[in-house]
Amino acid sequence: MAFFLETLLGGLMAGMLYSLVALGFVLIFKASGVFNFAQGAMVLFAALAMARFAEWVPLYLGITNLIVANLLAFVGAGMVMFVVAWVIERLVLRHLVNQEGATLLMATLGITYFLEGLGQTVFGNNIYKIDIGMPKDPVMILESTFEGGILINKEDFYAAIIAAALVALLSVFFQKTATGRALRAVADDHQAAQSIGIPLNRIWVIVWCVAGVVALVAGMIWGSKLGVQFSLTTVALRALPVVILGGLTSVPGAIVGGLIIGVGEKLSEVFLGPYVGGGIEIWFAYVLALGFLLIRPQGLFGEKIIDRV
Amino acid sequence: MFYRENGQFKTTYRADQQIFPIAQDRIAMFVMLAIGFVAVPALASEYMFRAILIPFLIFSLAAVGVNILVGYCGQISLGSGAFMAVGAYAAYNFFVRIDGMPLLVALILGGVCAMLFGILFGLPSLRVKGLYLAVATLAAQFFADWMFLRIQWFTNNSPSGSVSVSNLQVFGLSLESPLAKYLFCLMLLAVIALLAKNLVRGAVGREWMAIRDMDVAAAVIGIRPMYAKLSAFAVSSFIVGVAGALWAFIYLGAWEPAAFSVDQSFRLLFMVIIGGMGSIMGSFFGAAFIVVLPIFLSQFLPAVAGIFGIEISTAGVSHAELMVFGGLIVWFLIVEPHGLARLWSIGKQKLRLWPFPH
Repeated sequence: MAFFLETLLGGLMAGMLYSLVALGFVLIFKASGVFNFAQGAMVLFAALAMARFAEWVPLYLGITNLIVANLLAFVGAGMVMFVVAWVIERLVLRHLVNQEGATLLMATLGITYFLEGLGQTVFGNNIYKIDIGMPKDPVMILESTFEGGILINKEDFYAAIIAAALVALLSVFFQKTATGRALRAVADDHQAAQSIGIPLNRIWVIVWCVAGVVALVAGMIWGSKLGVQFSLTTVALRALPVVILGGLTSVPGAIVGGLIIGVGEKLSEVFLGPYVGGGIEIWFAYVLALGFLLIRPQGLFGEKIIDRV
Repeated sequence: MFYRENGQFKTTYRADQQIFPIAQDRIAMFVMLAIGFVAVPALASEYMFRAILIPFLIFSLAAVGVNILVGYCGQISLGSGAFMAVGAYAAYNFFVRIDGMPLLVALILGGVCAMLFGILFGLPSLRVKGLYLAVATLAAQFFADWMFLRIQWFTNNSPSGSVSVSNLQVFGLSLESPLAKYLFCLMLLAVIALLAKNLVRGAVGREWMAIRDMDVAAAVIGIRPMYAKLSAFAVSSFIVGVAGALWAFIYLGAWEPAAFSVDQSFRLLFMVIIGGMGSIMGSFFGAAFIVVLPIFLSQFLPAVAGIFGIEISTAGVSHAELMVFGGLIVWFLIVEPHGLARLWSIGKQKLRLWPFPH
């Protein structure tokens, strides 16, 4: 029982991290109808920027305080992501208004290649580490309830808390601020939003910036867990089932989907994996998402797709 | 002046329904075939065969398959790499486990296995649409990756799924020289492309296109969505499976599951979109573009850097390649979102009026 709970908790925390990446997909899809395959590359790019800035700040500015240096690096990387978002909107999206979904998807794949190349050219292609001072030692909880207690990873725990905080922040931003309201208006109907004077292009820049910052946070957390390297882009592939499970247009969906996928992956790997040879995490997530899709084709919280002839 | 249909009267329904109704197109086709079968073998070097021509032919075949599914039936698929893998490994198993199995039969049986796999993973398309389906087809991709890595039976108990074939023969002729490989691929491609072209012109193809344009409306006028979608998945994954088997047998010779990773799926989708969705011709253009571009870049970039006196490392070149590749794709999608096939048909239209456009 304790072991089961331990796996469950591990899955929930891993799920929070998936939903962090998934959020980036959802934000952009909601506001511009673009399925942004480049989210993974953005995570890598942001993490690379953050890691290198954190290295360069003490080197060139002489600031040795870990917190200040990391904060400066975070701000710097955030600014880089703003520039990336602005350039993408300016050079790509603006020219592809009203194109089919598949074309837009391919364009973001092109951006993916570009960002992967650019990131590694500018910031180098070694493995870097991000040290934001998260404790790495595991702790035992609930020792009184179960024999031996439940082992959880402190780092995962803090990461999950950061993710949850970010999600809460984004929800407030979307629901309470004027910009957030404009974003939701654009998401509902581009034309109607434009006709009441919401500038579409600026909204897109804002959304890509927000997605960039989400990518930065995701890159920071994943980077401090796994190290910043090229394989960080595959995080996006891990997050895709989360997005379609929760629904492409739903922020809460990304969270719930992340939790379901995280738990499903861990439980399947631990309890089912040994029978079929292990390593089933990645496709099991997809099959799980597929199973949910067969019941609800638009994802758990997605808008119902209505076909009119 | 030379390219027009004036004076070409059609007196039978047969003549009216042929693939190329304009005589000049027919002549152009025969010239192309002659170039492919006679001129290219006489002129091309061994490097050309190995690095450019054979990959181009095989990827054209795969792109034709993907185009049937994505371009004609409108079901975006990111699982093409998996269909290639199934084709390759199934053909391998037939080839190795059964003594005296002819290569051609093994390839086709590989295609049949890929077809069954494709139908299985096409089933969700009956319920799930659009981008959700695209992501769902990734399930096929990752499942295949895992299957050939972990289930030893499929790879004849070789560790890590790496297998190899040798001593390939067709009707007693050895397939060792690049020229023989090239001709073999070309023949298969010509036959399958002709079949595919005829399929998409026929009743099945029209059903696919109706489903693509609006599936509810198609169902209303009496097209069975299940039959149409699954037949598209079947035909597409058969062709892609054969292409995968060719890629493994003819081009690679020895391969492992990573040869058919998700990148391969993306590349195939790129070919279809850059070449032109819903066009057999476009598949060839797209394949040429995607196959030749990286080779061109890897030769061209160091040369350019050399002119400016910059030394770039190998890693630098590969990163720059990625950037240029991605940038070109985006640029291309912006300039001509309907693909190279659209440029081709615009060119043909212009040519009909040339030199008196008014």
